[in-house]
Amino acid sequence: MKAAVLVFPGSNREVDVAQAIELVTGRKPQMVWHGDGDFEKTDLIVVPGGFSYGDYLRCGAMAAQSPVMAEVKRRANQGVPVLAICNGFQIVTEAGLLPGTLMRNAHLKFVCRDVHLKVETSQSLFTNRYQADQVIRIPVAHAEGNYFASEDTLKQLEDRGQVAFRYCAPDGAVDAGGNPNGSIRNIAGVFNETKTVMGLMPHPENAVEPMFGGCDGRALFEGLVDALS
Amino acid sequence: MKARVHVTLKNGVLDPQGKAIGHSLNRLGFAEVGDVRQGKFIELELAETDATKARARLDEMCRKLLANTVIENYSIELVG
Repeated sequence: MKAAVLVFPGSNREVDVAQAIELVTGRKPQMVWHGDGDFEKTDLIVVPGGFSYGDYLRCGAMAAQSPVMAEVKRRANQGVPVLAICNGFQIVTEAGLLPGTLMRNAHLKFVCRDVHLKVETSQSLFTNRYQADQVIRIPVAHAEGNYFASEDTLKQLEDRGQVAFRYCAPDGAVDAGGNPNGSIRNIAGVFNETKTVMGLMPHPENAVEPMFGGCDGRALFEGLVDALS
Repeated sequence: MKARVHVTLKNGVLDPQGKAIGHSLNRLGFAEVGDVRQGKFIELELAETDATKARARLDEMCRKLLANTVIENYSIELVG
């Protein structure tokens, strides 16, 4: 699996995700600067976390208009898989590749801790190594992760199985107690209609090695390798 | 020509920052303050002199960048 990882001014998890990819593929991904309108063809594009453009105007709003994102949109529309994490999720929603938006956390605080997630489906490139309803534990680190979409959009997401992960309690109960940021319907990650683009606020790339507190994110990358190699 | 754009959260979208501002004002003794909604104010200098054309371009700017229409409304004001 050949992967490209985008780098914007203010990205800060691009090295983490590059290491996670190298761990499961044995090869370093291509790092692509935001000003590059063209880059080598890859099997996967990753939009990493951070604070692109200092979160000016709205998180992800500036990055969504960068030359590299015009190319990412073009390739995503041709079916090239895109994994968007944290600030990456904010960027792809601003770019219109995923529905909804990420608002300021309901409690207004930056939240940085492990959370539990319920996997909604195993039927995707990104989640095929998990089982539906499986509970996994991976970290979040964000101040704007409060997912919001209109009622019509939510209905469409639910009807078409486009919710990828929901925040939950350790026992899998999807309730307010397990929701770290106020996200509507506890949504932590969503797919596009074709399930070739996935965005999520938690950081699977920071849960790939046991010495860093857990490995539950590793299966996401291994599943991508299975599907795309 | 100068333009002023106001970006505000749509009705029904929770505004925790507005709430926090309201609470602080109440604590400072401004007991008359009820609901508070926070927004953005953006001032732009335009080379355009035709008001109709300027408004159309500003509308496009708002939809493409200045506002996120999933959660925000915008209003455009032309000055001078």
